Amino acid sequence: MKMNIIVLAKQVPDTRNVGPDAMTPEGTVNRSALPAIFNPEDLNALEQALRLKDQNPGTTVTVITMGPGRAAEVIREAMYRGADGGYLLTDRAFAGADTLATSYALSVAIKHVAPGADLIIGGRQAIDGDTAQVGPQVAEKLGLNQITYAEEILSCQDGKIVVRRHIDGGVETVESALPCVLTVNGSAAACRPRNAKRVMKFKRALAPMELKPGTAFADLPYADQYEKRPFLKIGQLTCADVDADLQQCGLSGSPTKVKAVENIVFKTKESKVLTGSDEDINGLMQELLASHTIG
Amino acid sequence: MANYYSDIPEIKFELQNSPLMPRIVELKERDFADKEEYDEAPQDYADALDTYDRVLDIVGDITANIIAPNAEDVDAEGPHCEGGRVRYASKTYENQDAMIKAGLNGVTMPRRYGGLNMPVVAYTAANELVSTADAGFENIWSLQDCIETLYCFGNEDQRQRFIPRVCAGETMSMDLTEPDAGSDLQSVMLKATYDDENQCWRLNGSKRFITNGDSDIHLVLARSEAGTRDGRGLSMFIYDKRDGGVDVRRIENKMGIHGSPTCELVYKNAKAELCGDTKLGLIKYVMSLMNGARLGIAAQSVGLSQAAYNEAVAYARDRRQFGKAIIEFPAVAEMISNIKARLDAGRALMYETARYVDIYKALEDISRERKLTPEERQEMKTYQRLADSFTPLAKGMNSEYANQNAYDCIQVHGGSGFMLEYACQRIYRDARITSIYEGTTQLQTVAAIRYVTNGQYAGVIQQLEQQVISPENEPLMNRIKEMASKFNACTMAVKEAGSDEMHDLCARHLYEMAADVIMSLLLLRNATQAPDLFQKSLEVYVNLAESEVEKHFTFVRKMTPERAASYRQA
Repeated sequence: MKMNIIVLAKQVPDTRNVGPDAMTPEGTVNRSALPAIFNPEDLNALEQALRLKDQNPGTTVTVITMGPGRAAEVIREAMYRGADGGYLLTDRAFAGADTLATSYALSVAIKHVAPGADLIIGGRQAIDGDTAQVGPQVAEKLGLNQITYAEEILSCQDGKIVVRRHIDGGVETVESALPCVLTVNGSAAACRPRNAKRVMKFKRALAPMELKPGTAFADLPYADQYEKRPFLKIGQLTCADVDADLQQCGLSGSPTKVKAVENIVFKTKESKVLTGSDEDINGLMQELLASHTIG
Repeated sequence: MANYYSDIPEIKFELQNSPLMPRIVELKERDFADKEEYDEAPQDYADALDTYDRVLDIVGDITANIIAPNAEDVDAEGPHCEGGRVRYASKTYENQDAMIKAGLNGVTMPRRYGGLNMPVVAYTAANELVSTADAGFENIWSLQDCIETLYCFGNEDQRQRFIPRVCAGETMSMDLTEPDAGSDLQSVMLKATYDDENQCWRLNGSKRFITNGDSDIHLVLARSEAGTRDGRGLSMFIYDKRDGGVDVRRIENKMGIHGSPTCELVYKNAKAELCGDTKLGLIKYVMSLMNGARLGIAAQSVGLSQAAYNEAVAYARDRRQFGKAIIEFPAVAEMISNIKARLDAGRALMYETARYVDIYKALEDISRERKLTPEERQEMKTYQRLADSFTPLAKGMNSEYANQNAYDCIQVHGGSGFMLEYACQRIYRDARITSIYEGTTQLQTVAAIRYVTNGQYAGVIQQLEQQVISPENEPLMNRIKEMASKFNACTMAVKEAGSDEMHDLCARHLYEMAADVIMSLLLLRNATQAPDLFQKSLEVYVNLAESEVEKHFTFVRKMTPERAASYRQA
């Protein structure tokens, strides 16, 4: 069965190894101090899409990401791993979006790019916001079934998908009709590595937004390649391209307002003296495990 | 995220800074003839270098984040033999899957067969990275370079049937050794007979010590000429596992490289096809196969040395005694400096060898497409000679260095290094085989000694002494020149003595002297271009090499045919 799969991916600051300069004095994320990476669970989502593509020849996997020009790196990275192509959803009007405005923008983009998509897959949540809301909201806006916390697609045929979900205390296997929206958990299979030949083929792929202002593809080194090999131009969509309602986009479409951000400061309240005995060490481990400090 | 390639800038330096590199790329890419037809082909020289860099970045990622973390489990579990088949350690399959998905097989093969068409020098870099992560897995992965031999000597039909399979990730093995034919391959007895009825060859007999012996595609050395007893009766065959007929009788229980199954094979009327012509199996094809494999072991050794260095530095920075990190004690710092110096020097020698192989192999390949010009023919001969003379140096010296470096790495760890919890013990066990298989160091000496006596190394040394260097390095150059003159004096002395026994006894010493001088000069060349990366290693290495040369000088100059007799053993 040939499928048309959309993968939703996000470029995020790498918050897993934060240094002392990770936050600005104002309490917002200091994006320049953190490397921009492919949101980890979106990579798990991409792997699920690519597995379906492996099993169903003729299937296309298209990545949609919303962000500034540099976010196109996520699309290139996905192409290196096996995606057919993608779209950078980019516009000043999208800036400052919360989950509601983001899911609105993504849903109109999906309707525009792939009205007949069989499956929309994204990561469970992004490591910068940790909301896990965008996937479900996209499903709502498109009027589709949603399967969250997906860990593995067990089968996908005859218009039905069977998925194992990772839930509190166990797993659950569910079935849904296609099309539907899937959000994939970090416990799912890791994404395959970049493929050497695909890197060779797509390394020059660029979205127009990535070009320096006032320059065109024709001004780039190897300019003729962009004419001969159209796949090197990454698709780009603005607010107008997808016919989005400006009121529902960006800041104006975002009811969530951040009032203040506070640092968590750990204060010493009490101290405890432990000996090096096995009993004390075991006790401490149990305590730390119970408080989720470790494990 | 860790990345073995970007973490080790010395490798990128070796790939991008040689004056031979533009010629290598030009030849390998046939003047960029593929650039219209293949989307992945580079457009020009800079584009090709960028491509190698990006591909190695993938290797650096997989080695650091998948293969290295799996190494301990693979070492502990090892492969198993079940019903005549090999089952790898479970995480070996994970490693293999990652390498296949990344498309890192058939790295040097032409694009028309599905390969990446990268030069040997870039493949060698990938090889060393894989070995740093897990030298046992490196064996399985790097046996892909057997395909070079099939590509060079097989017919077009065989190329089309087998090369794409290897590019897609099927594995290979070279079935050479038998119980009574190890170093002496002329004694191979596996019988090949032509089956007239089915129009194919049949193999009967057994092989031993076959690395990855349950591979998909085997190159087999067998006796096709009944009644012969020497190398001229041997031919090379391709055995396809899909045809069946070869079973694994057992897997060896080894000291190291546990991830790599070493098999005893039984051939029961196994269907096979001839590769190339009969009777050239050993004298031509296996020699070619071996040269490729020896460069591969050099890369495996350099990778192990890098791993030894990484572990030693990490431990010595972390471990505190007498109130400070042990790396601050000169006795420990000397060991670590020596590991690094040997690593950088051996690596320089290995990449120089790989570059020579690249130029000669590419020209040889072009000669199959069209007639070479007289200049090209000369160039091919020059580089073939350089490659043939450098390969035994690169293999022998780097494998000995890997052993020494792994030994020192354990020594830096002290008592902890003797415990199985630390990676250094695995590196030590894995390194031990490198100076043995694909020709022991003693056999590398045999292969190299003619280039000592015929002046080949002396010629290379003389050329390298002409290099432009910075004024600060003049004193070092003078010390190296002094080493070179001692090497020349020893060579003369051994020749003049006119004793075969003394010649053979001194061979190892002369071989090492040549290697010490050449590596010093190569490291000097690197340090001139990139002092930040190499100056320190250069200074340390020259100290080391100078004292080694002095030792050999004393041994050789004091040796006489009469004294040589004391070494006779019965």
